[in-house]
Amino acid sequence: MCLSIPAKVVDIKGNMADVSVGGTIFKAGLQMVENVKIGDYILLHTGFAIQKISEDEALETLKLLNEIEDAMNK
Amino acid sequence: MNHGSGGSLAGKLIRNIFVKRFGMDEPLTDSAVLKENGLLLAFTTDSYVVDPIFFPGGDIGKLAVCGTVNDLSVSGAMPKYISASFIIEEGFSFHDLALIADSMSSEAKNAGVRIVTGDTKVVEKGKCDKLFINTSGIGMMKSGFETISSAMDVKPGDKLIINGPIGNHAIAVLGARKELTFSSPVTSDCASLNHLINNVLEECSEIHFMRDLTRGGLATVLNELADMIFSGIIINESTVPVEEPVKGLCEILGFDPLCLANEGKVLFVVGNEGHQKVLDVLRSHPLGKYSEVIGEIVDNGRNMVILNTAIGGRRIIDMPSGMQLPRIC
Amino acid sequence: MRHIDEYRDKDLIRKLSDLIKRVSNLDYTFMEVCGGHTAAIHRFGIPSLLPENIRLISGPGCPVCVTHNSFIDKAITYSKMDDIIVTTFGDLLRVPGTGSSLEKEKAMGADIRIVFSGPEALDIAKSNSDKKVIFLGIGFETTAPGIAVTIKEVEKAGTENFYLLSAHKVMPPAMEVIIKEGVKLNGFICPGHVAAITGSEYFNFISTKYNIGCVITGFEPVDILHSIYMLVNQVNSCSPKTEIQYSRAVSKGGNVIAQKNMNDIFIPCNEYWRGLGEIASSGLKLRREYERFDAGKMMPIKVNNQEDNELCICGDILRGLKTPHECSLFATACVPENPVGACMVSIEGACNTFYKYRVNE
Repeated sequence: MCLSIPAKVVDIKGNMADVSVGGTIFKAGLQMVENVKIGDYILLHTGFAIQKISEDEALETLKLLNEIEDAMNK
Repeated sequence: MNHGSGGSLAGKLIRNIFVKRFGMDEPLTDSAVLKENGLLLAFTTDSYVVDPIFFPGGDIGKLAVCGTVNDLSVSGAMPKYISASFIIEEGFSFHDLALIADSMSSEAKNAGVRIVTGDTKVVEKGKCDKLFINTSGIGMMKSGFETISSAMDVKPGDKLIINGPIGNHAIAVLGARKELTFSSPVTSDCASLNHLINNVLEECSEIHFMRDLTRGGLATVLNELADMIFSGIIINESTVPVEEPVKGLCEILGFDPLCLANEGKVLFVVGNEGHQKVLDVLRSHPLGKYSEVIGEIVDNGRNMVILNTAIGGRRIIDMPSGMQLPRIC
Repeated sequence: MRHIDEYRDKDLIRKLSDLIKRVSNLDYTFMEVCGGHTAAIHRFGIPSLLPENIRLISGPGCPVCVTHNSFIDKAITYSKMDDIIVTTFGDLLRVPGTGSSLEKEKAMGADIRIVFSGPEALDIAKSNSDKKVIFLGIGFETTAPGIAVTIKEVEKAGTENFYLLSAHKVMPPAMEVIIKEGVKLNGFICPGHVAAITGSEYFNFISTKYNIGCVITGFEPVDILHSIYMLVNQVNSCSPKTEIQYSRAVSKGGNVIAQKNMNDIFIPCNEYWRGLGEIASSGLKLRREYERFDAGKMMPIKVNNQEDNELCICGDILRGLKTPHECSLFATACVPENPVGACMVSIEGACNTFYKYRVNE
């Protein structure tokens, strides 16, 4: 639930990050996520990063979706 | 507060309290068209209460001049003269007032109008929020466009065209509020549209309707139009221009860009044969570079505004009922 | 926008829609329990992409819709006190209390301020040390950890004028109530952002105890259709289980740091859900060692507990037993600009969503 949007980390100062959603910069508290680097995507919710988005899993999901479709077409 | 937001509640307030008591003619349009001694004049008025007073892309003064110029222009008139009345809260900075006056003067020059009369009142601290401005304007109706605001020539098959991306003003103002924890690169689209509109009216034919988008956003104008013409309107979401930062902010705050305020956007309804020429003329002007055809008038037996969503679904675009509230859930 | 646009690809959506039509040869009823899903499903027109034998129903997933009258009444009472600033997420502003709403009170001069985060409310407290600042805590497991972190920040800063009025809730007890009501369900579309915090194992009880499948789902149209495809397959193969569709954000164990923060500050308590009544262990309240931040404890007030309009069927709608169209008030006396029940207030409420996104009736 809840509005939570993938946002790109563009700057980190201590446990606060500047994150970008389409060019608008929000502040995100990093108290709940570890090893965040500039360039990572996090889920932004009410001023906090609540999770890091896994690039690998994202690619895996999209690959899987294309494979389901191919398998059904055989 | 929702009664001042330009949507359905504002409409009800105006009709129920003012229209019948003042004996005003419906449909209510941006300007009143008046005939006097063979002269056709357009007359309009508006009040400005924006917070913050200064925002990226403009200030309350520029807003006031552009708003009145645009109301006259979309009614088919050449804006000529403006009045400016100020209600100033005690303690408001002289420096800021001078800046606003400069801004109004500069914008009036830009639009080719003159500010010819006005009034000033100072009220006690707390009796108004810094500064309220009312502007009224007079324009000369262009021959042949006297009924354009009534939309009587709009018919199924007509195309809807907008002169650029929506939602910028609302987001710029929101971003300028000091207490919010985001910074936005978005600037208000606040602009006088009379030269742009004049180009279209001079060079194109089949212009059936015009209205500028303001507080209630594109959704409000579309619903008002649908009510006037008793036909349906279809909008294609993928063609409605919205800038990335505005999109991003709408996603995170739960706003609908169709319901956001604008101050430099005009919707044209153009006969199908003439719409390409209108697009060309618009795109050759700085204020119309990103013009798009966003939909058409349809004859579906109901006066609803339907959105074909970008992913292949359909939904209704309703009249916004009040101010949009940012959500977390 | 990255991680959004790929999941709104028109072609992929059409292909998924076709796939679902091909494999769905029974009747299916799936419930989503997340306001974000209610809104997304209707915003993107998902029902129009599904065959008629798949029915989607909305459960009690909108934290605004399930906030009890009395919470709003308390907030209103606090807001009328001269030395109090009430800070709230925008969602709560139009929720009807017994006779008024925060929005109406704000219009009449009450100091009620919209914030986007707990830290913003803390900043207001720091710059208004002569006043007490009460933050209205709504939201489920997605939101509570952030509020917990905020309380820790309040403590660290030594701020003494910040208080929380908690209406935070947790999902599983309400889901069990729905299941035990006997609502006929073949599967749950589970809330992806709750699960990002809690982990997918949090929802295992649905399949292990009740033999109903659940798929942890993201919020884009591709995510939702993909989940529905997965749920259809679970039903077809009679294999109810917990599956993660939203793997780019959800793992089995979830965000352990967020969970720890939440558990450091909050403990479960019994909580009233509008339309569902009192549900045991379904709410979150501050632990004893943080009670000095609890507005209800430090500034106790009493409000009269009045029931909803008897024609309002928000309760049945929240349970998934009825749809908005079956309510006699829907789109007549109860409309977004003048809501009677909470389901019409929140943009994610079933009634508001149905009203806004209905097509050609």
